[in-house]
Amino acid sequence: MSEEKQQVCECQAAYADIDRVIAENRGDPGALIQVLHYVQERLGYVPKDVQKKVAENLGVSLSEVYGVLTFYSFFRERPRGKYIISACLGTACYVRGAPDVLARLEKELGIKAGDSTDDGLFTLEVVRCLGACGLAPVITVNKDTYGRMSGDKVPALIRTYRAQAASEKVQEVAGD
Amino acid sequence: MAMVTLTIDGKQVTVPEGTPIIEAARTVGIDIPSLCYLKDINVIGSCRVCAVEVERAKTLQAACVTPVANGMVVHTNSPKVRAARKTVVELILSDHPFECLTCPRNLNCELQALAERLGIRTVRYEGAHREERPVDASTPAIVRDPSKCILCRRCVSVCEKIQGVYAIGPYGRGMDTVIGPAWRETMGNSSCVQCGQCVLVCPVGALYERDYTNEVWAALQDPTKHVVVQTAPATRVAIGEPLGLEPGSISTGKMVAALRALGFDKVFDTDFTADLTIMEEGSEFLERLKKGGPLPLITSCSPGWIKYMEEFYPELSENVSSCKSPQQMFGALAKTFYAEKAGIDPKDIVSVSIMPCTAKKFECNRPEMSDSGYQDVDYVLTVRELARMIKEAGLDFKNLPDEEYDAPFGIGTGAGLIFGATGGVMEAALRTVYELVTGKTLEKIDFEDVRGLTGLKKATVDVNGTEVKVAVAHTLANAKILLDKVKSGEEQFHFIEIMTCPGGCIGGGGQPIPTDTEIREKRIAAIYEGDRQLPLRKSHENPAVQELYRTFLGHPLSHKSHELLHTHYKKRPRHGTMTVKYGVTPAEEETAASNGHDT
Repeated sequence: MSEEKQQVCECQAAYADIDRVIAENRGDPGALIQVLHYVQERLGYVPKDVQKKVAENLGVSLSEVYGVLTFYSFFRERPRGKYIISACLGTACYVRGAPDVLARLEKELGIKAGDSTDDGLFTLEVVRCLGACGLAPVITVNKDTYGRMSGDKVPALIRTYRAQAASEKVQEVAGD
Repeated sequence: MAMVTLTIDGKQVTVPEGTPIIEAARTVGIDIPSLCYLKDINVIGSCRVCAVEVERAKTLQAACVTPVANGMVVHTNSPKVRAARKTVVELILSDHPFECLTCPRNLNCELQALAERLGIRTVRYEGAHREERPVDASTPAIVRDPSKCILCRRCVSVCEKIQGVYAIGPYGRGMDTVIGPAWRETMGNSSCVQCGQCVLVCPVGALYERDYTNEVWAALQDPTKHVVVQTAPATRVAIGEPLGLEPGSISTGKMVAALRALGFDKVFDTDFTADLTIMEEGSEFLERLKKGGPLPLITSCSPGWIKYMEEFYPELSENVSSCKSPQQMFGALAKTFYAEKAGIDPKDIVSVSIMPCTAKKFECNRPEMSDSGYQDVDYVLTVRELARMIKEAGLDFKNLPDEEYDAPFGIGTGAGLIFGATGGVMEAALRTVYELVTGKTLEKIDFEDVRGLTGLKKATVDVNGTEVKVAVAHTLANAKILLDKVKSGEEQFHFIEIMTCPGGCIGGGGQPIPTDTEIREKRIAAIYEGDRQLPLRKSHENPAVQELYRTFLGHPLSHKSHELLHTHYKKRPRHGTMTVKYGVTPAEEETAASNGHDT
């Protein structure tokens, strides 16, 4: 089955499990963080509809659920992207211009570090020391490492991944 | 109650166990400065302004959250404390816009007062200059300016504990914390009922009323417009406060004189339509008693309560009286009955109201509030806005000679006046219902049982052999307790009065700042004193109301009354427009997200 269809099935299964966990913790405001952890694990993020259901069932306000969700950086409001870009801001990278690289990434992607793009393609994170200081400044995109980065190299890099995602989609449709 | 003895600044203090240091200090006249602290409502030790030195403690302690202990020795003003306090305030100021001169809280701001008190001359820190946060003016009643917010959480506490609405909360962390509705939504899209209690407790200019004084000035200056104004019961016992008078002063005559001096063509009294409301609602109650339901009848004059009911208790909408609030009854009559009588085209009438309330701004803009064929009430001004207009006009309010309201809407009885206090609508209704049913004169017209600041009040009144059970609740948290008991059948009542604000309208979101428990009590005392002094104290005795029925409406609940003076309610989804279908698959949701305003 196609990747999308598989995702839908997985998602429905996840929702069934989430329903169960919410029901188990009904009326227990103290269970909020555990329940959010479970949702995060199953879905990769905590969508709004689930936030509402958690609020209604555990007996906490939606304001509190959202407050807890946004307080801890572990919880995500939106799904992570296909490509996780980690920009290193460790000491070596920092002194060799990592902040500029990060700024350019933020500009080109239109998001701030910690966020994901609306099209679901990229998540931008800041990390410390990838252990490739000789290649500073360094960023990784999923399993690929890019050394000696500069702001100017960013647009081309992003274009490459966009193209890769587009061609994968074409292959998928063709494969159906 | 166990007592504790400690020493504060060399003075021996004995207070009950559990008293926080800040309150213990007050008993001996020591005023420890604070900012986020709001007694009984917001006690969280967030701002650290109230830091004091406690001997043998490792660090400075926040006096608002530290309970006293036997033998404790406290220094509230040592050099260490003063230095720390200044640092704390400088840090707050480092990230606060220096817009005092043009801020709505200029000269009435707790942060300003604190900076002045501590003698701050420089701010040694540069704030992160939180990225510009747009002002949220999405409701007709309240404006939220997150760039001025000092994150004290008083607003959150009030909305949670006093109102039980939970419309706003903190999200994010540290310097990037923002206080607002979930999902970074605007207030207009949330459950906010616009009661304005958050505005009353905000120490700075992060929350304030939407100002319509410019629009009203424009109308007053427009020679083609006939501008009429109505004044709510609770305004006359508070308008003096920002203008140099003590809380508890009744300034009715001066307020009328001031309004006339500002240029209003006619100055009318909402107390008149309060009496009218009693006639309509009293009759509605008697009808329901006869029919056997739907009971309990629940009052409908508080627009914050109505919005709350529409979202949280829509199943009770049949119980809520179909009567409009006095403000809206007036609005409908001003552009029909009055326009006819005065020979003025209603399109040239601008109808303004002076209210202790912010939710009234929401109420007057409800689409159905236009039975006259026009928007029945064009602009609502809070007491604060009126005070600003009076200042702007350079009027010497304190020394204005008393003036009278204009006819035909100028007479109000004591029953109309007590609408301003919690329990007042109930008492006014009972005064009339009793006499209408029994045909006898009510000897004792003071129903003390429904008066006062207790959150939930109950009484039983013998009306011609029927034991009429009534209940009064103020604040929505208390309303919830009462309504849940009624829904479950645990308690039964015939008639319930609900007011959104603590103390009733005198404690409304549009009243002068500060409004605290002591000031509420003084305003309430003034209301009942005013009632005692009025020649007429029962709504059905109001000659202007009688004339209105005789010449225009016919009788209570007549067809004409229903047309102009009654309304209907709607069901609102939970969390306003923040609705989502449960179980949406990720692909669908992402499309929805990119179409919507997901940030």
